[in-house]
Amino acid sequence: MLSRLLPHPMLTAILAIAWCLLVNEIKLGTVVFGVMLGLLIPIATAAYWPDRPPVAKPVKLVGYLVMVMWDILVANVVVAMIVLFKSNKNMRPAWVVIPLELRTPEAITMLAGTITLTPGTVSADVSEDGKALLVHALDAENPDEVRDDIKQRYERRLKEIFE
Amino acid sequence: MSDLPLIPEIIISALLIVGGFFTLVGSIGLIKLDNCMSRLHAPTKASTLGVGSLLMAAMIYSFASETGSLHEVLVMAFLFVTAPITGHLIAKVNLHRLHQTKDMPPAPSDHVWGTYSEK
Amino acid sequence: MILIALNIAFAAVSISQLLAMLRLLKGPNTGDRILALDTMVVNAIALIILLGIRLGTDIYFESAMIFAMLGFVSTVAIARFVLRGDIIE
Repeated sequence: MLSRLLPHPMLTAILAIAWCLLVNEIKLGTVVFGVMLGLLIPIATAAYWPDRPPVAKPVKLVGYLVMVMWDILVANVVVAMIVLFKSNKNMRPAWVVIPLELRTPEAITMLAGTITLTPGTVSADVSEDGKALLVHALDAENPDEVRDDIKQRYERRLKEIFE
Repeated sequence: MSDLPLIPEIIISALLIVGGFFTLVGSIGLIKLDNCMSRLHAPTKASTLGVGSLLMAAMIYSFASETGSLHEVLVMAFLFVTAPITGHLIAKVNLHRLHQTKDMPPAPSDHVWGTYSEK
Repeated sequence: MILIALNIAFAAVSISQLLAMLRLLKGPNTGDRILALDTMVVNAIALIILLGIRLGTDIYFESAMIFAMLGFVSTVAIARFVLRGDIIE
């Protein structure tokens, strides 16, 4: 019963918060209307996404997001230095293949997004069977190191969170 | 422009300059780098952070000068969520156009990369 | 002090807008042109926000939001068109 009324609790919360931010004031009326939208929209769109995205440990997800934000800051300084002070001749772009241990599509999407936003790497493609990611690195001396770093730092944590 | 206390003023100015700098770096990278996959790196990262920090400055300014507003967070979250997706789609366009450049590794175990899939 | 910082930011974002436009004109292949357009949208959002701070109003926020959404959707639409020859399948 509860799962019929509240198919996606996270989505409900996000919609309510987004509505309050859009109106840009916190009054009782705004919050109530936001919660109403948050209840109605997931029910109306439930047919389009039948599976609940499984988040096993939401607390760890917050920790992960904070870590990724810090990495984004560091990544930007690193990329800025490479772009400004390294000549095109000395740059070593490389392709890196990352074999995936993650299986759920949500976790793989998170990993690909994280890779794009962090140091000198962009995720370009996923293999047909969903078992490997193709990543482009802007300046990699040693592609294997990039691969191990991503597997150690991000994939391990995402595996704990989602599976 | 209203007068503000010194500390918020310093923070806002610093954020504005940092934001402008990163936006500029993103576009310099777009012009300078010499192959189309490398060019993808600068704008997806630097420009997003640049705009993020400008939005942060706008938010702190609104808190320091008047009632304060939080809705800049919405644009910031939206940009950060969409940046990887645009990056990924443009990478796919590049792969599609260049078609299996010679230095690109094949996908493991007899499969092809999703862009070249026939399914 | 904010005024000086604001002017520097205006100059930096305007220059980056011009550089992105240069890449749009030059851009050897389609991917580069789409990327340049996307960067121009992001820079336009930055300019709108700076204008909002400069004039001290909140009104420009809505246009920044709409730019962010339309920019993303149009980038995805162009990319899908190049990839599939069709936008809505």
